[in-house]
Amino acid sequence: MGTENQGPVWEVFIQTKPGQPYKHAGSVHAYDKELAIENARDVYTRRNEGTSLWVVPSDQIVAVSASETSSFFEPADDKIYRHPTFYNLPDGVKQM
Amino acid sequence: MKETLENTAELLKEFEAKIDAEIKIEPRDWMPEDYRKHLIRQISQHAHSEVIGMQPEGNWISRAPSLRAKKILLAKIQDEGGHGLYLYSAAETLGVSRDQYIQWLHEGKAKYASVFNYPALNWADIGAIGWLVDGAAITNQVSLQRTSYGPYSRAMVRICKEESFHQRQGYEIMWKMMQGTEDQQRMAQDAIDRWWWPALMMFGPHDSDSPRTSNAVKWKIKRETNDRLREKFINKTIPQAELIGLKVPDSAIKIIGQDAMGENMYEHSDINWDEFWSVVNGNGPCNEQRLNHHIRAHEEGAWVRECALTYYEKSKEK
Ligand SMILES: [Fe+2]
Ligand SMILES: [Fe+2]
Repeated sequence: MGTENQGPVWEVFIQTKPGQPYKHAGSVHAYDKELAIENARDVYTRRNEGTSLWVVPSDQIVAVSASETSSFFEPADDKIYRHPTFYNLPDGVKQM
Repeated sequence: MKETLENTAELLKEFEAKIDAEIKIEPRDWMPEDYRKHLIRQISQHAHSEVIGMQPEGNWISRAPSLRAKKILLAKIQDEGGHGLYLYSAAETLGVSRDQYIQWLHEGKAKYASVFNYPALNWADIGAIGWLVDGAAITNQVSLQRTSYGPYSRAMVRICKEESFHQRQGYEIMWKMMQGTEDQQRMAQDAIDRWWWPALMMFGPHDSDSPRTSNAVKWKIKRETNDRLREKFINKTIPQAELIGLKVPDSAIKIIGQDAMGENMYEHSDINWDEFWSVVNGNGPCNEQRLNHHIRAHEEGAWVRECALTYYEKSKEK
């Protein structure tokens, strides 16, 4: 874990309401997970922005983006039959 | 990806296509070195401003006139510390550590908003700062929500949500004083007299004297020019002053028409640019005090960071 004297970086994710997906909010520095979650609370939820928090060590996140490896997401490109709009339905079907 | 001369040209084309299409640039995306440099300078300067900006107001926490006022001021200043942290966290995505940013500040290599080099002399100044200084900052930050760099833009969205309380609490202080005794009214007018021009200076030099603006606008780091933002702020603020019986200290103020929304637009005098450059170059009333205070606080906190780091190293061994 890369660290200078402010401690390693942790990414902060907030769930705004029960049932909602967690969303990335930003990051904090902290020396351990207790401090990380308390710092995240103080920095990102001063106005009840969340009902739940995740903190994840930054260097534990594995990431890829289309701009780096254009072929990475290619397998999805030619499979339009995965979308409901691909299909023809007989007249008279009201809802499906 | 190995960078060669040809593919740099190719990468630049892709980058500019994204900028044109309003697609945000993210930390792992390729970006021109000048774009990165501009962001490093602008975001860290912004972060330092939030943190140094806590000082003039911090002086008044223990002297706030009521418990209500004290709680509000504390919450406001705590927000500014938070804004600093959002922005350092965005700045760090550019590959420079927070320690490095703070070191550059301490070495005088990084700047912060000059407005914080003016002193907060009395309680009315706390009103004027919230209303005018935060007001000017908001005008700038609302525009920066659309900046092309993703982490900076997201930090701005978060900050703007919090800022409107800052401006309102300041305006409320001024309004209350204007409803008070003659002395209180004089204090309020004195505060706007002293803070009006420094607030206008926050938008920076004229576009014609701002060599970095063109690249920053081309790459959509900045979405509006300094002068345009300054006009917006002036047009919004003069009616607010008039409403509570205050006058902005500029005898040239005159309505020159209405904008598309039907709001008045004003003519005004030019800023005293000698004063502007003198404060930017370190000769404002409080430059030394602000920086020394930051350095002292940082040094006095060193033992906390050392203890925490030792604890962290030891707990890894287990
Ligand atoms: Fe702020
Ligand atoms: Fe503020």
